[in-house]
This record gives sequence, structure tokens and C-alpha cells, in this order.
Amino acid sequence: MINELSRLEDEALQEVVDATTKKELETVRVTYLGKKGPITEVLRGMGKLSAEERPVVGQKANEVRARIQEAIESKQQRLEEEELEQKLAEERIDVTLPGQPLPRGGKHPLTSVVEEVEDIFIGMGFEVTEGPEVEQDYYNFEKLNLPPDHPARDMQDSFYVSQDLLLRTQTSPVQARTMEKKDGKGPVKIVCPGKVYRRDEDDATHSHQFMQIEGLYVDRNVRMSDLKGVLDTFVKKYFGEEREIRLRPSFFPFTEPSVEVDVTCGLCGGKGCRVCKHTGWIEVLGAGMVHPSVLEMSGFDPEEYSGFAFGMGVERFAMLKYGIDDIRHFYTNDTRFLSQFKRA
Amino acid sequence: MLVSYNWLKEYIDVSDLSPEEVAEKLTRGGVEVDAIHRYQETINGLVVGEVVETKPHPEAEKLTVCQVDLGTENAQIVCGAQNVSEGSKVAVAIAGTELPNGMKIEATTLRGEESNGMICSLDELGVQEKLVPKEYAEGIVILPADSSVGDDALPILNLDDAILELDLTPNRADCLSMVGIAYEMAGLLDRSLQLPEVEHGAIRENAIDQVDVTIEAPEDNPYYGAKLIKNVQVKDSPLWLQNRLIAAGIRPINNVVDVTNFVLIEYGQPLHAFDFDTFGSNEVVVRRAEAEEEIRTLDEETRRLQNEHLVITNGKKPTAVAGVMGGADAEVTSETTTVLLEAAHFHPARVRKASKDLGLRSESSIRFEKGIDVTRVTEAAERAVALLEQIADGKPLAGTVEADHRMNSEVTINANVTTINNRLGTDLSLEEMTDIFRRLSIAVTSVNAEEFEVHVPARRPDLLIEEDISEEVARLYGYDQIPITLPEGTTTPGALTAKQQTKRNIRRFLEENGINEAITYSLTSETQADRFLHQTEKNETVRMALPMSEERSVLRKSLVPHLLEALVHNQNRQIEDVALYEMGSVFLSEEEQLTKQPHEKETLAAAITGLWRTHLWKGEKQSVDFFIVKGIVEGLAEELGLTVGLRFSQQAIDGLHPGRSARIEMKNQTVGIIGEVHPALQKEWDLKQTYVFQLDLETIMALDAEPLQYTPLPRFPSTSRDIAIVVENKVAAGEVEEIIKEAGGEILRHVQLFDVYEGEHMEEGKKSLAFSLTYLHPERTLTDEEVQDAHQAVLQALEVKVGAHLRQ
Ligand SMILES: [Zn+2]
Repeated sequence: MINELSRLEDEALQEVVDATTKKELETVRVTYLGKKGPITEVLRGMGKLSAEERPVVGQKANEVRARIQEAIESKQQRLEEEELEQKLAEERIDVTLPGQPLPRGGKHPLTSVVEEVEDIFIGMGFEVTEGPEVEQDYYNFEKLNLPPDHPARDMQDSFYVSQDLLLRTQTSPVQARTMEKKDGKGPVKIVCPGKVYRRDEDDATHSHQFMQIEGLYVDRNVRMSDLKGVLDTFVKKYFGEEREIRLRPSFFPFTEPSVEVDVTCGLCGGKGCRVCKHTGWIEVLGAGMVHPSVLEMSGFDPEEYSGFAFGMGVERFAMLKYGIDDIRHFYTNDTRFLSQFKRA
Repeated sequence: MLVSYNWLKEYIDVSDLSPEEVAEKLTRGGVEVDAIHRYQETINGLVVGEVVETKPHPEAEKLTVCQVDLGTENAQIVCGAQNVSEGSKVAVAIAGTELPNGMKIEATTLRGEESNGMICSLDELGVQEKLVPKEYAEGIVILPADSSVGDDALPILNLDDAILELDLTPNRADCLSMVGIAYEMAGLLDRSLQLPEVEHGAIRENAIDQVDVTIEAPEDNPYYGAKLIKNVQVKDSPLWLQNRLIAAGIRPINNVVDVTNFVLIEYGQPLHAFDFDTFGSNEVVVRRAEAEEEIRTLDEETRRLQNEHLVITNGKKPTAVAGVMGGADAEVTSETTTVLLEAAHFHPARVRKASKDLGLRSESSIRFEKGIDVTRVTEAAERAVALLEQIADGKPLAGTVEADHRMNSEVTINANVTTINNRLGTDLSLEEMTDIFRRLSIAVTSVNAEEFEVHVPARRPDLLIEEDISEEVARLYGYDQIPITLPEGTTTPGALTAKQQTKRNIRRFLEENGINEAITYSLTSETQADRFLHQTEKNETVRMALPMSEERSVLRKSLVPHLLEALVHNQNRQIEDVALYEMGSVFLSEEEQLTKQPHEKETLAAAITGLWRTHLWKGEKQSVDFFIVKGIVEGLAEELGLTVGLRFSQQAIDGLHPGRSARIEMKNQTVGIIGEVHPALQKEWDLKQTYVFQLDLETIMALDAEPLQYTPLPRFPSTSRDIAIVVENKVAAGEVEEIIKEAGGEILRHVQLFDVYEGEHMEEGKKSLAFSLTYLHPERTLTDEEVQDAHQAVLQALEVKVGAHLRQ
């Protein structure tokens, strides 16, 4: 019987080796270790053996059984590993195929500029104020030191809708309105973004509708050096820490002194290139100390208060920042254009 | 204003500065130089030659073979100009020279004749055609007889000049003259100034005996001075004078006209020369034109005048439109011998009016419009007379015949050193400030250690108040020298208002959901303005008084047509899938004739066409439909905390598909529209299927949002029951849902439609709706009976209210 067990063991182990699938292996297990298997058979026939033989054969049978069991289990494990490997190989995908696009729109580049500028000035303690686009002549011009016979008020240059109403030509009337509400008491710290309109033929550099952001700072003892400091801070935050500003005398009816603000060219760093017309500087802002008549007309005592104002063209900022060469792109809303500014 | 660098050197020594350096100084001082023009840096071989012999080209009728003495050598040059003649001094471009038009001169053979160089015309040398004097227009330029053969011809023709083009601000009319620029440069550089020579002789006759001057409109014409010059020889001006005018952008005509133009540029004082013999009388009368009065001007046009125009007359009829253009009758011609020279001051508004009405803008009218220096009118006239004496052999009569109504308008400004320093953030002394005015040739007197008086010369009418003085100080001290400081006043917190923040949130929401922001024009056409309106208030159109085109003649009342235009723009460029939104104002007026500002209503709209979601290589495509757009509006309502009371009611809306459009309500207020663009309109615009919505943001932002408040998570299990009912097709799912919610009571926490079915196995005209109902009690576990009762109530209500029965 011992020989019989050895033979069964050899036979079973060979079959385990030969099994290539889990199913075949299961057959081996059932065949040799099942209730009707030959080892059980041997054990069942042990009654015929002598008392001395019985434990020997019993032990041998258990050993054989255990070894077969062990062989099956290790084979089982190997087959499972192989199976998994094969499954993984089959599940391979081409990771270079395009991903599922997320639904994602973007802000208009002009809005990006406006929000960025707003945030910088909010950080400096300014508020954002808005006003009507159809404005009274009085606020658009007169309150800003442009009396009725002033040449800058040519009917040809503005969209009038009636004798006294027009599409605002600048966002400055918002400043006048805000000051008026303050009842002669400072401080006033505001930035006013918005659409403005002028009777210009649309071309690459002109648009009958465009956007401006103007700012106003009125308080006691505001100096021109403060204007310089605030604009320097703004320019460095907006265009980059390495940028410098330069002020040039200019003229606006509502400021005195008036300045034109240049910033070092971002492309050449001030050495001179095509973009800056070889000057190293790019004009970005108009500004100045608020004209005493403007303060007075809005209820502020120019003896007590002084202030500065500044204004910038949103399209120009966007064009400079992103290298856009035609102002009309901002208003045709070609998605090939708009989509470029999703992360702006 | 074009400033010739060479000309400027006559008044101030700037020879140590390049034109670029002069430009930089001016620009930094507030007189912006926009560009510097040079004739040509490449012309390196232009010499004076003398034509010693000419003979016709044997093979070509129009060509002349010239022997030209170039000093060092004689050259044979073939010339095509008609005005080439023996003995003329000419400008020769020798072989190797490149001309401004890019032409490279080389030794060549022209139809068998050798040609070693080119005799040049002004045009070929880079002078604009419109500036070339008539005498040289058709041919080569002839140099003065005293030019030395072999010399560089560039300086003789002033082609070594650099022209500075100024972009002047309106306050600096004083810089519309060479003398004015010289004053400015003198101030900026602290250098001395050389003013022109105005001394001239006079014959024994007195002008006052020959002519009278009367001003009938002294407000329009505060000063009129007339000078008489006899024996004038009208001819071409000498080359130096022609050069100056060409540099200033003015075409030389004849010596008399050229002198008036020269003084115009030199002093900024417009002058006019009449032929006294054809003037028509010996009295000059300045008056307003009569209505419909006519004058034939120098350009041979007959002009009809109005009462707002000012004219110079001979007592009977107009001989000139004051400050704008002379009449043809008294024009200076080659026959002229006696010149009546006008030097006057006309009111800016008069000149502006006439110049605009007649469409005539000239160097003269521009200067009158901006205001001239009233104290220099006579000086300018003297200068012109001196020049006419010098180059036209004129014999001036003694004296000026004047009518003078000028007011003494001397301006004195008191300035305080501390005030100016406080304003600028500087720390300048009284001496430093007053020295700045000395440099500008502006008289200053010190009042005390703190104060000084500035006596403003008439040439600087822009200086009126102390702030103007502080600007002059800052300007000449240098804007660069002003320190950089930060305001020391009241600190304030900066922040967006709640509405501004909400608008940013709306933008972010839409963008994160795949919609691009668009910005369109506010102006549109009448037709477009009346489309897609849903406002309940009055909405008359706001029209431009003077539109630039019909397309942009009125203000928009809806954003939708503008977004659709943008979609069309994209579709025309093969971009089929577009989702755009815009946030902006629409303009609604209560009145047909506007007397007050219209209502500017903050509005939001979106338009979506084509595919909404795609996964191309997986073949997944989803075209936009009503429910996608509705989902966006629902999501937006959630973002704004306004989901309670959000309702879509089926309604036909102008411009939208009548069966696929709805009115949007929030908290029982109509706030917008949603739907498919009407197929007829889609066809008209050649637009693919497009869905839009428009929301009235102003109203929406005024609604109270539901408070953002935590609700404890349920501690007891919920029970879910599905229900499938059959109803008439026309019964709205929304209505069914509301019935369910009402009938389900407190414990019905959630109702979700999950299936809609009509078609096969369904009775004609009926549909099936399936809902999932969730029951929950916050305090305890619901019993089966409770759920069953509620569910029964729901079924009953549905049966009673919409005739629903359970689907089998
Ligand atoms: Zn550059």
C-alpha cells in the first residue's frame, strides 16, 4: 500500500505539473484528493491492515495528501499570476489617445485685463465704481473742465442722442458723479472701468467702442510724487517687477499738471525695438493732478483737498500684454481668438 | 507741426545735439516728437555739376546727352529732363549712389550712349511730389548759379536736414512756430535765443495815405494791420527759402506767397498778401458775411457764406474769408507790383466755423483756431516786409495802417513756493523756481521769501493759475526728479461690492461650464434692436443723432441678436460648435423723444449652437438642445441661491421657436427667456440650430438669495418608491412634479423624473412619466404605513388633477 501511495503521489504530482489551467488543476484536485479519490480509497482500505501497518500507512497517506495539496496550491497561485498577467496585457490601452475635453470657456481678454487691474487697485485700498454709458453732457464734459465751446467737444467726435445726452466718451463722468456724492469729504479712492464710445471709423487701431479704466484719488495733501508712487506700484504689479515708469508732461483739461506715463518696453527691456519704435518706452497711461476747477465743481475745496487721476485703455493693455495686433478682434468674438485666453 | 532741425539752428545753437537728442529733450519736456524724418541717409554721392555741353541723343528724341563738369572730372550723362541746359548747375548722383526710391546709380549705356551718373529731380531725391516747386515739377532741379562745382549738393538742397514731426497737445499752440519751439528749447537747455531780423527800409510815401482799415466786428477781429509794398517783382523764391518751406511741408509758389508762408511758420502768425491793384478799392473793411453772400476763393471755387463767417472786403464785396482763404480776384500773380499785406488777429471761433463749414483747413486756419500771440502780429508783418524788400525788390511804404481793438490782457499769477512743493512732493527753493522762468524768458518778480509773481507773456496763454505754474516748475525741473512716494492719507479697505462679486461669480460659473465670454458692440440697427425683447417695461429705442451707419444707429435692447451675429461670424469661418455668453447693458427708454437718460439694464445672455459635448474618437456626440441650455440656467440659479421659485413656463416668444421657448421666472418675477431661435430666423441668418437664453440681471441681483445654511445629515434611513404614470401628452412634467410634491407632504423629500416615454405600446396621445420619490423623516424611521399613505395620496392627487393612472 505504501508503494501504491508513492505511485499515486508521483502520478498526481506529474498531473499537477501538466495542468495548464485552473480547471485542469481542479480536476487533479478532485481526482486525487476528492472524497472518491484514490487516497481516500487507500485510507478507507486501511481497516484490513494490521495495527502496526496502520499508522505507518496512515501517516504516509497524510504526507502524500499534504504534498499533493501543496503542489496544487502553489500551482494554483502560479496559474492565477499568469492569468492576471495575461489579463493586464489584454487590458493595455493607448495612453497617447486624446483625453476627454473638459467643458471650459474663458473670460474675454478685455475682462481679464479689467479684473486684474481692479484687483491690483483693490489691494491698494480702492473701490470699483461704475456709471451710465448714456451720459449727460454736463458730466461727460462740463464737470471735467471742458466748457461748451471747447474744441474737444466736437459733435463729430461723439455719439449724441439728444442735445444734452451722449454716449460717454470717457469713464471720467463716473469720477465726477462719485465725487459729487461724497459731499466734499475725502478720501475718494476709486477705479472706474467701462465701455466708452467715439465716432471713429473701425480699423486695426481704432474702434467706435472701446474700454477704459480710470482712477481717482482725492484726499488731503496728495502730491504728484504720490501719483508717481501709486502708478509705479501698479505698473510693477501688472507688467512685472523689472519694469520702470517714466513720466512726461502732457495735457488733459481735467488735470494740471498732466502726465503721460511710459513703461519700459517688455520685449527689448528698454534697449529699443520695433514694438517700442526704438525708444525703449511704451506709452500706457495718461494721468495728472486733478484740476482745481474739477475739484471745486464736484464740491471739494481745492485749498483743502488735492488728488490725482489716471486713465488707461483696456484694449491697449490687452494688445501689449498678449501681442494682439488688431483691435477689431476684441469685438468679432471669433472663438479661435477667444479660446486663446482661457487661462488669462 | 514739422520742425526743421537745420532751420531751428538759426534761432538757438543746438549743433552739439543730434536731431534725436533735440527730439528727446522736447518729448521729455512735454512737446512730443512723434517721428523724425530724413530725406535719405544713403545719398552719399550727390555733387554739384555744371552742364558744359548738351546734344540730342542720336537714337532717342526725348533724351539729351550732357557733358557735365563734376570738378574732379567731366562725365557724360544722358538726361531725360526737358529743362536741362548748358551752363546750369545741377545735382548729379554719381555711380554707386543709392537714391531714396531704392534706385542704385551705375555707369551704363543708354541706347548706345554712355551715361555715368544721373542728373536728379527733387522727386528722385526724396522730396514729396506735392512739395516740389512747379518750376522743377517736370524736370531736374537747377542749383543756384553760385554753387561750386564738385561740392556736396545735399546741404544746398537742405537734404541733410532732419524733420521733427510734433504731436502737440492743444494747450501748446505756442509751439506751432519755429520761434515758439526756440523759446521752448532755450528753456529746456538754458541757452540763449537769437530772434529774426525785422528791420526794413521804407520809401517816403505813407501807407495811411493809400489805404483805410475799418473793423465792423471788433469782437471777431481785435486787430487788423495793413502794410503796402510797391515795386514788387513776383518770381520764384531763392533756393534757401524754398528749402525752408519744403522742410515745413509747404510747397513753394512764388516769392510773395512764400514769404507769407515762411513768416507763418517762423512766427506762427498767418499773413495774407493781396494784389492791391486788383483789390477793388483802397479801403479794407472787415465784417460778418451776409447770408448767402458769395466769394470766389483762390482755388477757383465759388463759396457761399453765412452770417457766422467773417470776411475781408473792399467795402463792397468780400476779398477773403478771414483766416481761411483769400479771394481769387485779388490774388498775387506774376503781374502784381503792389502788395497789400494783412497781419491780423481773428477770433478762433470765427475761423473754426468758416474753416469747418467750407471744408478748408490750412496751416493758417489751424493757428487762428488755436490762438495766436496777439503781441507779435506787427513784428511778424515787419519780418515779412523785410523779406519782401530783400528777395522781391519791394519798396515798403512807411507805417502800418491799423485798426486796433485789443484789450490789455496781461496775466499775472501769484505763486507760493510751499504750495507748489506740497503739490509736487518736491523741496525746491524760491531761487530754483524763479530761475526756471528766467530760462523760459518769462518775467518773474519775488514778492517775499515764499511768494513770487509770474508775468505771463501773450505767447503762453496756457498759463492761467498757480497749478499751471507748478506744472512749468515740474516740467523744467524734470518729471524724473520728482520723488516716488506713497500717499500718507487715510487708509481705506478696498473691496468689490456684493453685486460686483456676484457678476464675477456668474462669469466664472458660465466659463467653467464651457461657455466663452463675448463682448459685442452696443450699437446696432433698428431691425436688430426690436428682436428678442421680453422686458415688461416700456422699451423705446435710443437713436444716435448722427449715426456713422444704419448698422450702428441705435442702442441695443437685447443682447441676443449680437450673440447670434457672433455665431454667424464663426460659422462663416467653419467653426460650427460655438457657445458664447455676454454680460452687459441693454438700453430701454420710456420716451420716444429722449429727454432723460434711458434705463441701462444689466443683462446676461448666451447662445449655443452645434455640438455641446463630444468625444470624437469614441464617437460620442451630443448636439445642444433645449434641456442643455435649461440645465445651465438651473445651475446658474443654484450658483445664485435662487432655485426656490425658479420656473419655466411654456410661452411663444418673439424670435424663438413657439413650441420650444419658455419664460423664466424667479420668485414670481419674470426674469428672462429661453428657447430655440425661430427656424425662420435661423434660415434668414443661415444659422444652424441654436439655443439661447437671456436673463435680466438687474432684477435677479435684487432678489434675496436663499441663505447658505447647513442642514443636519439624516440620521434615519429614507425610503424610495418609484411611480410610473400615464397622462395626456399635453400635461407638463413640471406640473406633475408640483402635484406630487404638494400631495406627498412633509415626508416627501425628493422627487426625480427618470423616464419619459411615448410611442409603441402607448395609447395614442398619451405619455408615460416615471418618478422616483424619496420619503424621509428627520426624527425617526418611517413606517411602511406612513409611506404607503403618502404614496397613495400622491396617486390620488395625480388622478384627480391630471387624470393620471398607473402604467401597467
Ligand atoms: Zn522695445
